[in-house]
Amino acid sequence: MNAIDRSHAKPAAKLLSGNAACAQGAIDAGCTFFAGYPITPSSEIAERLSTLLPKAGGVFVQMEDEIAAMAAVIGASMGGVKALTATSGPGFSLKQENIGYAAGAEIPCVIVNVMRGGPSTGMPTRPSQADIFQTRYGSHGDYPIIVLAPASAREIYDETIRAFDLAEICRTPVVLLYDQVIAQSSETVSLGGRPPVHATRKWASGSREGYKPYAAGDDLVPPMPRPGDGYRTHTTGLTHSETGFPSQDPETVTRNLGRLYAKLEKHRDLIDSFEAVRCEDADVVIVAIGISARAARRAVDTCRAEGKKVGLFRPITLWPFPEIALREATKHARAVLVPELNIGQLRLEIERLLRDRRVEGLHLISGEPITPAEIAAAATKLASEV
Amino acid sequence: MFRDAPHFDVRDYLRQEMMPHFLCPGCGHGMALRALLWALHELKVDRDKLAVVSGIGCAGRLSAYIDANTFHTTHGRPLAYATGLALARPDLQVVVITGDGDCLAIGGNHLIHACRRNLKLTCLMLNNEIYGMTGGQVSPTTSETRLTTTTPHGNAEPNFDACALATAAGAGFVGREMTRHVPKLKELIKDGLQHPGFAFIEVLSDCTEVYGRKNDMGSSSEMVLRQKSEMRPSAYRDSVDEPFRSTDLPTGILARNTRPEYGAALRAAK
Repeated sequence: MNAIDRSHAKPAAKLLSGNAACAQGAIDAGCTFFAGYPITPSSEIAERLSTLLPKAGGVFVQMEDEIAAMAAVIGASMGGVKALTATSGPGFSLKQENIGYAAGAEIPCVIVNVMRGGPSTGMPTRPSQADIFQTRYGSHGDYPIIVLAPASAREIYDETIRAFDLAEICRTPVVLLYDQVIAQSSETVSLGGRPPVHATRKWASGSREGYKPYAAGDDLVPPMPRPGDGYRTHTTGLTHSETGFPSQDPETVTRNLGRLYAKLEKHRDLIDSFEAVRCEDADVVIVAIGISARAARRAVDTCRAEGKKVGLFRPITLWPFPEIALREATKHARAVLVPELNIGQLRLEIERLLRDRRVEGLHLISGEPITPAEIAAAATKLASEV
Repeated sequence: MFRDAPHFDVRDYLRQEMMPHFLCPGCGHGMALRALLWALHELKVDRDKLAVVSGIGCAGRLSAYIDANTFHTTHGRPLAYATGLALARPDLQVVVITGDGDCLAIGGNHLIHACRRNLKLTCLMLNNEIYGMTGGQVSPTTSETRLTTTTPHGNAEPNFDACALATAAGAGFVGREMTRHVPKLKELIKDGLQHPGFAFIEVLSDCTEVYGRKNDMGSSSEMVLRQKSEMRPSAYRDSVDEPFRSTDLPTGILARNTRPEYGAALRAAK
């Protein structure tokens, strides 16, 4: 589970939408820069931050397009501040090239993608969970990324803060992924007091002579040179050596890309987060995220009341997938059910991870959420078959 | 060395470990870079506080040679990266180096909005009328009828007047100069660097290898001598006011205004 302690939080109930909770989480995480472009159903994050950020000494800028918004966020982060952008499906597609830049050049930043149905402009005001793979593989080339998939307003608040922490600790872009229902439904949320900022960026220090900006220590995350501190380094999207300057030397290129993957593996204790509900003795484990997971939680109760051994595994970290936890949660399960608002994305990953198990999908692409009853019926049917 | 720069040695401003540079013999970009570094030298800009942001292409590669904080970003987006950087760090002097394709084609949207926004940035657009690094394809500034690898029958599109565009979009400072007049270019860049808002400077450069050669434009010196007479933008010439309607190519400072600087205005509004 998430190793970051939030026990200091004191209850202070507020009625917040998921998007509002995200904006508040960003402020409490120490974010001082937001660049965005309006798109439904994410715009409330920008709207709220346009009020909150200047009061917190930060900057809000509405850029000319989605690409510019992503670029400005990276530029701000290169300058040394915690930066956020928020978008939805089509906008997320446009940001992809620069997300790859942030991954390759190791620039911390947080990108919210409130999923809407697609392809193309799709269904702007309807829920969808069809960007699961785009968050992981949307940009070109090989690169790792962290994706967090909260399922409630309170969790969006926590995961927004954790997204900034992970971005800074691992020097990587982090995507916060949730659906329109979670984004725009208002819930009573206890936020408590302002949590302390857990992670501040590791800045380069020491001698400027022979300084190598991409030379990493044991944690595989190189300290970042801050403009103005005298290191005068070069940052590029080209493959580069430890000096930061372009290199196509096969060994150098291989070693650097390998380190990008290895640095996330090295921080899996911090990154991996999940919820497992009544999985210990479950014959059928439901695996779901976001609004589908909340419906599945109700379905588990329904099934248990009827004597069916059904559990729920909910990855909060979606990428890298918490596979050890999944294997543990499904140790005794004879089948796995994956309800999701797409044609079968999460199911593909579960099939890959649990090749010896029966994995069934429950897919809805109508722009409506799946109901608890539909999930309970599918789980009951599956339980009777295995 | 120029006689009027006795204390300026461009090598002091370059990353010696990056030499030799990759520019082709005769490329005007080297002169543009020299003029920029000379201007920075004369203004005594602290290079620890200097951030140079560039895009993709031959012009985009120049940032790597400058001994400062340098950022080589994605194609067409250096102005957007620089916007975030300058807003987050108003203490930095931010300079953008971009090419004609980078700035006017893929990055055209960012240019017009950077002009409109008027954030303190200095944008140097090196115009060599061609996509050099990718092998000589037509650019938005390629003169009409010219041959390129993607206009084998001659360019049928009118070319942009980048300065007219920047002026119309509200840039606080607009200027144009040629690599044939490096001291004048240096002075223009100095003016741009000192402007309190967005400064757009078009530098007429030349590409001997993939443009000049294909169009029988002769040597680099011949190309440089042609700059004023042949690099006249055609698009919209009849629809704009003086000085852009002139048959002669206007150079020097073409527009200057004192609109409020965007970053300061943002920070003041709470």
